[in-house]
Amino acid sequence: MLEIKNLHARIAEDETEILRGINLTVNAGEVHAIMGPNGSGKSTLSYILAGKDDYEVTEGEILFNGENMLDMEPDERAAAGMFLAFQYPIEIPGVATMEFLKTAMNAQRKARGEDTLSIPDFMKRVKEAAAHLNVSMDMLKRPLNVGFSGGEKKRAEILQMSLLEPKLCVLDETDSGLDIDALRIVSEGVNKLRGPDRAMVVITHYQRLLDHIVPDVVHVLSKGQIVKTGDKDLALELEKNGYADIINAAA
Amino acid sequence: MNANAPIRNTQAESELIERYEAAKGSLAGSVAVSALRDAAIGQIRDKGLPHRRVEEYKYSDLRAFMNSAAPLAEKANLDAAKAAVAAADTFGDLDRFRIVIANGAFAGDLSDTEALAAEGVTVSSITAALDTEDATLLLASPKTGPNDGVVAMNTAFVQGGIILSVKAGVDVSKPVEIVHVATSAGGQVVRNTVKVGEGANIRLLETFVGESGTGEINAVFDYTVEDKANLAATRLITGKADAARLFTTIATLGAEAEFKSLGFVAGPKFVRNQQFVNFTGEHSEAKIYGVSMAGGSDLADQTLIVDHAVPHCNSREFFKTVLDGEARGVYQGRINVAPHAQKTDGEMMTQALLLSETAEMANKPELEIFADDVICAHGATSGQMDEDLLFYLRARGIPEAEAKTLLVLAFLSEAIEEYGEEDVTEGLEQRVREWLADH
Ligand SMILES: Nc1ncnc2c1ncn2[C@@H]1O[C@H](COP(=O)(O)OP(=O)(O)OP(=O)(O)O)[C@@H](O)[C@H]1O
Ligand SMILES: [Mg+2]
Repeated sequence: MLEIKNLHARIAEDETEILRGINLTVNAGEVHAIMGPNGSGKSTLSYILAGKDDYEVTEGEILFNGENMLDMEPDERAAAGMFLAFQYPIEIPGVATMEFLKTAMNAQRKARGEDTLSIPDFMKRVKEAAAHLNVSMDMLKRPLNVGFSGGEKKRAEILQMSLLEPKLCVLDETDSGLDIDALRIVSEGVNKLRGPDRAMVVITHYQRLLDHIVPDVVHVLSKGQIVKTGDKDLALELEKNGYADIINAAA
Repeated sequence: MNANAPIRNTQAESELIERYEAAKGSLAGSVAVSALRDAAIGQIRDKGLPHRRVEEYKYSDLRAFMNSAAPLAEKANLDAAKAAVAAADTFGDLDRFRIVIANGAFAGDLSDTEALAAEGVTVSSITAALDTEDATLLLASPKTGPNDGVVAMNTAFVQGGIILSVKAGVDVSKPVEIVHVATSAGGQVVRNTVKVGEGANIRLLETFVGESGTGEINAVFDYTVEDKANLAATRLITGKADAARLFTTIATLGAEAEFKSLGFVAGPKFVRNQQFVNFTGEHSEAKIYGVSMAGGSDLADQTLIVDHAVPHCNSREFFKTVLDGEARGVYQGRINVAPHAQKTDGEMMTQALLLSETAEMANKPELEIFADDVICAHGATSGQMDEDLLFYLRARGIPEAEAKTLLVLAFLSEAIEEYGEEDVTEGLEQRVREWLADH
């Protein structure tokens, strides 16, 4: 589903290199976790996947279902099935959440040559997804993310993900800011989307998310490179011993 | 240069003077009114059209813009006017009364005069009234803009308009649209006087349809909102137009009165929408909103002076401007607070969104406060579209153009929503979309 080959990227503005040769293959049906110290480049990688133009790829390539992802606009990637749950979802005053959801869902459908959703169908989907994720319809009446608490924003991201039914879900620290119950609810929401046709990349600092969303593969990212890859036990080891040993061993 | 020496008239000014000589005989007016008209054209002859060295027109040089002046429009063909009004989509199927002003003159036959009379609203032509001796009151200049050049142009040439009066205590059941329709080319100069009687309530819609060619439109709206009365005026200044579009509001508020207005600008090459708001009674409120969009090399100017001459009044001014291409936006807003106008609450905000590197916004919010116990604030911002917001929307699959549209709508909707009047403003979203699709 996703093949990242020798990806080098820098900040467009000041040319600081952030990613320094990432190789990562995620197959359909798999869940990969990416862990790593603050500032190691995890969010940068997620932004590059989503198509943010603050970053410049200087080397390497990204294939998304065989297609060159770097040639696609952010909205084309989304329509092709890429979804990023942002580490810091932003507030968009003046854009009503429901209007936004409808516009996004229909834009993707249109790009894929599908029919637009009828209003009742759309409402039904939103209500169902909202109920599963414990998102109140009141929240959805507000402008997008405006005044949402940290945890509410994260839940809203997963709500969007459930509605858009992407093929590749990249979750950037979706667990941070969630209370214990919300963590469970959100994880259930994510797990519901797990399936043979879908792949997930879960960026997190903590094992507790991976207790709920059990990964097939765990990677450690340090200074823009993947320095270790293992199974779910790697996360447990990190939780116990921290990054120092692994990073030192790689250096 | 001697400031008192007459200036050398531009072609447009010379044509205006010729136009005046030609039209003089047929323009309505008592002796006193004719004297006012003479003085007004004299001002244009001696001082010229408003230009950039006149402080109030620093950013909107009408003199430089107008390179010619068409003759005044002829009397309208009423069938054509009727057809044009029917064809114009101003407020969709909003249930409303209509008053038609065609080529500058009140068209009673096309107006809902009887239905309005049944509600307690009288409407008559200003033309006949101008022939009476005390008619000069009908052409009074704004107190805070006594020498305004656009008002002078209006006074000199005013062809007609209406005198509308809402009886005390009447709550007019539907909005009243004053449609100004141009059925042929030529200058269209209108003066509308509106009196909202004590405790009465009316919502006005002011629209301008048809094509005046190279003729300017100059319309003055003189509102008197008496004690405890309420007026909401929505002005649509839309459509492509090569000639100047000049609008003036004079609002005089009694005690415990409420006045609200929205000036929506999208399309013409040169728009000046100026408002002079005067508080004359205590515990009144004025809320003035503006939404402007300009592209190409167009200019959209929203100017206002809110004069707090008495204590205990609130005013709110909130303006939004979207600019593209090499367009220029102008906001000049001044809140005056007289020495004894204590407990004044004034809050002014102007925000511009620049869609191009070459568009320019002149924001000039000003407070002139001579009282000490007041709450007044003003703010001005001007910036490009937020790339992070745009990216978020695009990352959800929304194509760039649509994402931009959503953000422009979001930006403008803050002012539109605060204005309220949802039934009236409902159609504005579509107008914004159309404008964006064009630019
Ligand atoms: N647009 C930017 N401008 C300047 N510096 C940036 C930008 N984006 C990323 N960086 C820098 O690149 C490095 C990697 O940042 P990134 O956000 O990818 O880290 P992260 O691994 O997600 O960290 P965290 O665990 O704290 O979320 C950091 O040093 C960060 O400051
Ligand atoms: Mg991060």
